[in-house]
Amino acid sequence: MAAKTLTIDGQMISAEENQTVLQAARDHDIPIPTLCHLEGVADVGACRLCLVEIAGTPKLLPACVTRVAEGMVVTTNSERLRNYRRMILELLFAERNHPCAVCVSNGHCELQALAMNHGMDHVRFEYRHPRLELDLSHRLFGMDHNRCILCSRCVRVCWTIEGAGTKSVAGRGAASRIVTDLNQPWGESTTCTACGKCVQSCPTGALFYKGATVGEMQRDRDKLEYIVTAREKQQWIV
Amino acid sequence: MIATLARSKRLAQQPPVSRNAGDKRYRILETQMKRHQFKQDALIEVLHKAQELFGFLDNDLMTFVAQQLKLPPSRVFGVATFYHFFNLKPKGAHSCVVCMGTACYVKGADKVVAALERYAGIRAGDTTPDGKFSLATARCIGACGIAPAVVYDGVVTARQTPETSLAMVKGWLEHGS
Repeated sequence: MAAKTLTIDGQMISAEENQTVLQAARDHDIPIPTLCHLEGVADVGACRLCLVEIAGTPKLLPACVTRVAEGMVVTTNSERLRNYRRMILELLFAERNHPCAVCVSNGHCELQALAMNHGMDHVRFEYRHPRLELDLSHRLFGMDHNRCILCSRCVRVCWTIEGAGTKSVAGRGAASRIVTDLNQPWGESTTCTACGKCVQSCPTGALFYKGATVGEMQRDRDKLEYIVTAREKQQWIV
Repeated sequence: MIATLARSKRLAQQPPVSRNAGDKRYRILETQMKRHQFKQDALIEVLHKAQELFGFLDNDLMTFVAQQLKLPPSRVFGVATFYHFFNLKPKGAHSCVVCMGTACYVKGADKVVAALERYAGIRAGDTTPDGKFSLATARCIGACGIAPAVVYDGVVTARQTPETSLAMVKGWLEHGS
């Protein structure tokens, strides 16, 4: 496979030609924040946190879906990017209800961790405070739409790893919701296999094991990677 | 256990069309799907036809489409709710579409919508519980010269105010005419 050489944050690196900027950066321990990206699942470029500057284009491009190119000059960390990333996080917090102190994922939440890492100490936007429901109809899992950031990780693991296609994004814009089947209560879904991959994939406290209380919802992301590696490479790395 | 599994599988595979055997519309819809060779990417065209035949998409109808195109129900629901064109509930006897294009908006279409929402007790996009009246908004309907424009039962009406639109809708809701 042909290799491409590019510069990321002043560091000359070589990457395989079909790699994304994000993969190339991570291979060289250059951190790029992500939220909707999940190892082993197709990227959609939904959260915009991995936006990077690429010399020669005025637009910011999402690193997770941008392929490397010969001679590309990438900046992953600048004042402009930090501003935008903080703004994206603030907008996510303002969109639904994220009171960390009472959340099942408190302390194990990717959104919370990113907000702390980016010095997001307040939200400049008006909170929308939507009143959203909690679906506790499933025998094992619960879904709290108040904590959902619509990253669509659960939808993608359900479609591409489990293959059940139980979850989908319905509606559009601010009215978008994650639904199961024809917007039925999760417990009544005829397609759900109760595999729990969606729960493992969720970055916030939107999907949880029933019975988990404040701060108890810890996820085992390695499980997903284990399955994907096993499927794709026939390697069971225990 | 095996027996119950087998039975539930059979039930799931039984297409709702047999339950609606008397309904010719299902057969017309099936013909339409056949024309697209039951291709999954013809979902939008099929939903168009389904809405044309039934007026709106209910759960049975979406399940039927999902089974025939071999798609998970969530995909059909996702697509049907993404596009404003598709209705999941029956439309009211009377409809009112307020243009919210830029020109109409500047001329006060938002106030017209707010007045109608308050009067009918529904949000734009919904139908009153008695099924008499549907309120919808649209992006530019191409009648900027007569902004704000409102379409009452298919008739484009010029320069509407909250008062004129309420007068129009009050007639429908109070006398049903």
